Amino acid sequence: MRKLLQPILAVALGLALGLAVTWIAGESPWHVLKILEKGAFGSGYDFGMTLFYTTPLIFTGLSVAVAFHAGLFNIGAEGQLTVGALAAAVVGAVWSGLSAPLAPVVAVLAALLAGTIWGAIPGWLRARRGSHEVINTIMLNFIAAGLTSYVALYLLKNPDSQNPETRPIGPGYLIHQFGIFGGAPVSAALPLAILAAALVWVLLWRTSLGFEIRAVGQSEPAARAAGIDAGRIRIIAMCLAGGLAGLVGVGEVLGNAGKFKVGFSPEFGFIGIAVALLGRNQPAGILAAALLFGALHKGTADLDFETEHVTRELSLILQALVILSVSADGLWSWMKERRRPVIPETAGGVTC
Amino acid sequence: MPRKKDMTRMCFGRSWSGLLCVALLCLAGLGLSSVAMGAEFKVGLVLDRGGKDDKSFNASAYEGAMRAKSKLGIFLKYVEATDDNAFEPLLRAFAQRDFDLIIGIGFAQKEAIKKVADQFPQKHFALVDSIVDSPNVRSLMFEEHEGAYIIGSIAALTSKTGKIGFIGGMDIPLIRRFEMGYTAGAKKINPQITVIANFVGVTGEAWNNPPKGKELAVTQYEGGVDVIFAAAGASGMGVFDAAEEKKKFAIGVDSNQDWTKPGLILTSMLKRIDEAVFTTIQEGQAGKFSGGVKRFGLASRGVDYSFDQYNAKILTEPVRKQADELKAEIIAGKIDVPDYYKKH
Repeated sequence: MRKLLQPILAVALGLALGLAVTWIAGESPWHVLKILEKGAFGSGYDFGMTLFYTTPLIFTGLSVAVAFHAGLFNIGAEGQLTVGALAAAVVGAVWSGLSAPLAPVVAVLAALLAGTIWGAIPGWLRARRGSHEVINTIMLNFIAAGLTSYVALYLLKNPDSQNPETRPIGPGYLIHQFGIFGGAPVSAALPLAILAAALVWVLLWRTSLGFEIRAVGQSEPAARAAGIDAGRIRIIAMCLAGGLAGLVGVGEVLGNAGKFKVGFSPEFGFIGIAVALLGRNQPAGILAAALLFGALHKGTADLDFETEHVTRELSLILQALVILSVSADGLWSWMKERRRPVIPETAGGVTC
Repeated sequence: MPRKKDMTRMCFGRSWSGLLCVALLCLAGLGLSSVAMGAEFKVGLVLDRGGKDDKSFNASAYEGAMRAKSKLGIFLKYVEATDDNAFEPLLRAFAQRDFDLIIGIGFAQKEAIKKVADQFPQKHFALVDSIVDSPNVRSLMFEEHEGAYIIGSIAALTSKTGKIGFIGGMDIPLIRRFEMGYTAGAKKINPQITVIANFVGVTGEAWNNPPKGKELAVTQYEGGVDVIFAAAGASGMGVFDAAEEKKKFAIGVDSNQDWTKPGLILTSMLKRIDEAVFTTIQEGQAGKFSGGVKRFGLASRGVDYSFDQYNAKILTEPVRKQADELKAEIIAGKIDVPDYYKKH
């Protein structure tokens, strides 16, 4: 119960704060809330766009969560998804003659592999060289941005467009889009994301590798004492995290654009951190949290459209406040503690 | 080191419950929605990611639409996209509602316009800077090379060092077209002139990176350049800052930017997106909308150089005279301005 209530309360608080801001800007909170709801779920197309934004967030949320379970903070999902998407686009553009069903499989594997490599680098550096993954993943985000821009602009540039993007991928690579969403680009990437969530759950809670990952994350000395090679586990966890983030490229490249567009991601990798936090690092929670943030992203985009005073910037503030309140972990335990009769300070630190 | 719970207390303290109350109160508050309705002509404007306050490209489009709103009494709604995948939902949202004309600003919307226009064949669309070949889409194209040619001649006539600069936003064919025309115009005046060209970047972010624009401009000025033409969207503001710091000339783009740094902005290469947008709305309202490509060059004053009270003292009479002569020759077809689009 408490597990469920805490994140819901956090979202409610964030939303309330956000609505307060829009209220100050001169828009009725009720009106804003209605637009958010309608913008995200109002029609088949709107809901489709919500699901379209949800799909990458599931992948990045899972990516961050897997790393979290191994005691690592993966801020590099943004870079991992960028190289993943590029890899899928490169394979699709270079071997454009390949046909389905082999073609999309090859592209998915390419995205997976590229993301895995991008996760493995900071994992290895942390495990074997002791340099912190927070620094390394952030730096790799920049390297990914530079590398992908270079490939898209100088090696595989689309000659028919002024946009910074790669040549279109072969038609055999395009994956199925569901027709029921009125043209919104909801593709087979969504079921793939849900499948990934299920597999992550199985891995973490039903396999010995998953047990070892969680053991390392909860207490490295204890894991070592139990004979677990913590370094190896960390590398594996970062590989998994990178691979999951890399799969974002599937929905974007194979299911939507048909090419790699520089800057396609509105920071899915970073929103993924909030998704993992809100979902309490549980796959089921992440699915729900991703849907919420997907709906918020779509809904707030409509705010600019539907209201007089809420601009793009205010919409971002609303989103940011939700993320902020979600991130304000420990609020609940503090509230709970306050309700209890005064307990000596020593009781505090144990569970933290 | 304080424990987590103590940290939380430090951060939130007792104000937490008060905060929640305020927030809930806000939730309960009911206001009035402000939606104007009527049988008027409704125009939807989807701006590029630079936004209406870039004082340049989008600002020009916004100004044209606002002029239509005040002069023609149309209903105008404008939006700015949050990411490249958001163009399509926004365009579609306009098309699904009772908007009569939907205008997309910038080539990034090309695919989205094409898709939505084909799905809503009874609606009218217009797109700036890119060609969409659908009967219900009007493509508004500008002959940037012609305008840039005149700007190049003005820069060359004003320069005392024989070195002029060009700072482009994103390195794309469109901006290369500016550069090529600018260089050709400068060489026409002074065949020995050196033109130094730099680009802010290769991604969309290059339109909105004033610090990088300033950095490039400072380097150019220190290398002996005394006039810089900035075709870089909002990044041009950085170039103007550098001009102020180094007390050298800069040239604006798209909108008339002479007022932003009076006495330092030699002139601006006007790209009359505002006129194109205004005319399109006017014709749409009169029921005279037509698809196809509309080109705006020197002859139709779609591109031009600016002259007003802010640059009257620095853009001298002889320079203007010579620029106007070149302009007349281009319009008469006597000068063949090199066009990057045709050479690549």
